[in-house]
Amino acid sequence: MPTTLEIKDLHVSIESKQILKGVNLKVSQGEIHGIMGPNGSGKSTLANTLMGHPKYRVDSGDILVNGESMVGMTPDVRAKKGLFLAFQYPLEISGVPLAQFLRSAYRAVKGEQKSETKGVGGEMISALAFKKKLEEKLKEVEMDPAFAKRYLNEGFSGGEKKRAEILQMAILEPAIAIMDETDSGLDIDAVRKVSEVISKMTGPKMGVLLITHYQRILQYIKPQFVHIMVDGRIFKSGGPELAQMLEERGYEWIEREAVPTAS
Amino acid sequence: MASKQVLDIDYTKYSFHDSDESYQYKFPRGLSREVVEHISRIKKEPDWMLQFRLRSYDHFMKRPLPTWGGDLTTLKFDEMLYYASSTEKKSRSWDDVPPYIKETFDKLGIPEAERKFLGGVGAQYESEVVYHSLRDDLSKKGVIFTDTDTALREYPEIFKQHFGTVVPPEDNKFAALNSAVWSGGSFIYIPEGVSVDVPLQAYFRINTQNMGQFERTLIIADKNSRIHYIEGCTAPIYSTDSLHSAVVEIIAKPGAHVRYTTIQNWSNDVYNLVTKRAYAYANATVEWVDGNLGSKLTMKYPSIYLLGPGAKGEILSVAFAGKKQHQDAGGKIVHLAPNTTSRITSKSISKDGGRTTYRGLLHVAKGATGVKSTVRCDALLMDEYSRTDTYPYNEINEDDATITHEATVGKIGEDQLFYLMSRGLSEQEALSMIVMGFMEPFTKELPMEYAIELNRLIQMEMAGSVG
Repeated sequence: MPTTLEIKDLHVSIESKQILKGVNLKVSQGEIHGIMGPNGSGKSTLANTLMGHPKYRVDSGDILVNGESMVGMTPDVRAKKGLFLAFQYPLEISGVPLAQFLRSAYRAVKGEQKSETKGVGGEMISALAFKKKLEEKLKEVEMDPAFAKRYLNEGFSGGEKKRAEILQMAILEPAIAIMDETDSGLDIDAVRKVSEVISKMTGPKMGVLLITHYQRILQYIKPQFVHIMVDGRIFKSGGPELAQMLEERGYEWIEREAVPTAS
Repeated sequence: MASKQVLDIDYTKYSFHDSDESYQYKFPRGLSREVVEHISRIKKEPDWMLQFRLRSYDHFMKRPLPTWGGDLTTLKFDEMLYYASSTEKKSRSWDDVPPYIKETFDKLGIPEAERKFLGGVGAQYESEVVYHSLRDDLSKKGVIFTDTDTALREYPEIFKQHFGTVVPPEDNKFAALNSAVWSGGSFIYIPEGVSVDVPLQAYFRINTQNMGQFERTLIIADKNSRIHYIEGCTAPIYSTDSLHSAVVEIIAKPGAHVRYTTIQNWSNDVYNLVTKRAYAYANATVEWVDGNLGSKLTMKYPSIYLLGPGAKGEILSVAFAGKKQHQDAGGKIVHLAPNTTSRITSKSISKDGGRTTYRGLLHVAKGATGVKSTVRCDALLMDEYSRTDTYPYNEINEDDATITHEATVGKIGEDQLFYLMSRGLSEQEALSMIVMGFMEPFTKELPMEYAIELNRLIQMEMAGSVG
């Protein structure tokens, strides 16, 4: 059965300021959803809340993975349930080599999954097998193998950081990946490259929630569903044509239309 | 990579202790002239050493406690035991070590470690060294690695020529105390041009309550020789205090390379007050790699005197202070010759109300031109109850010295934790990973087995920090 992420009437506040005002959305494994919206509409709040950032408080509503509520669960538990967040601003962790970090993360996420479905391998991946896997994935995301020994994100350029996020995603193989403005801060060539890599990874095994301000990334990663977020709500949902419309007309018409519903 | 983790042991086992009823010598508690004389008599020492001890005792008695550093007012000199010996003779074969001591060191993984990766091992239990060995090929090359008492008897000339020259008894109150009652420790001599490619190691163990351990280590690296010495220390946990007050002297002759690595994990009732100093002659290199975990109070500032042109000094230290612990550590570099270079890197972690202090001195003497020095202190605070302070002192007497100093105080951010946890790591795993990353510049300098042990100790210290 495919994994589903279901967001039900989600209300979220940060430091007692309400940001999300009733978001409804359902993403299944194999589907690609794009969420677009103007700055400050709550896109990143949604991403961080789904992954369980302690700063964001769920006031009401629910986040369900295969029917199980994630509200109150710590981020590591959510990761083990198959969620992944590609960060808009990946953090630098000094002194922790990327390869070592990935192996710990892999063991944490996969170890649990294996113990739940007994008999499938069961054993932890060996250092050698993991090294091989990492080499393959580095190739897939077109990263220099030298990055494996470098400290996590330390001194990486903007594009390298985003690519390292995709590498982490490729290693952890989440059921549902949330990508928070993966295209932001990158030049056109870098957006194209990162998008190509993401495209390679999408398929029946992964559901994607692609959050973006710009339409350009959607030229490379074709969503089946596009949602427009305004003022903490999904204002409009549709197919790829919605993204096209935004590209042509900008956000202004949406904001004008949204006023009556938002008041 | 090591096939098996050599020091793969359960650390709760550090806290066992043996019965001390059967000890051969156990003195009454407290320090007096008679105690000093008695120690010298038991050891059948030459008169010059007895006189050295008495001179040191006199200085200790009149020297006031330092008014800086940690709180020493709770240290009860009268209740300490200044000498205890469990066995009459030192063994060269592991089989001859008394069974209960053997068991202790077995638990700590010492003999196994020796087989795997060391060139020589010494093990000290209370005041006396109980075991010593050195690889045959090294002794054939003229390398001497023995306990300090034996060295005094068997190599009197080289011993007397160097002993107490780097750290005289009058240096500080605890150097005076050590000089008065010293027992055990390592003596190493590396002949000219000899390179010892594997580390030599000593292990120090305090067993008895209120015990004072006063080992004395002397390393002489002759011209263009090379040596890496490692020491590890533990003690079981008692409700009353013990004292570890060592003196370490290193003499690196021209072109020699000496690295001295310490990993200390004392129980949190031990006062650890140690004087470590090295002389580096022309083009010699001395490196102190100093890891301080545990203890109630540690005051330790490894120092290097750069005496000849081109000499290099490096001090790399890590301190971890948990609940009710104060790590007052740092380093001293004294540039006394031209074109000498030095680097101090200090990393400290404070947690659960623990306190770390960096105290450092950088001195460039008149005439020491072309000096380059880098000092870097990074402190990590795990919570708002913990504390860290930095006291760097610079005395620069030449204008052309290139000195850089950098100090940072960091906290673990919520976003960093969130990032790591979003990849499946628990809060504790994420915290440990950040702390181990912070210490990486230190850990990467350790032999693999020690790096693994240190990371494991840190993980243990981090355990229980959540919730």
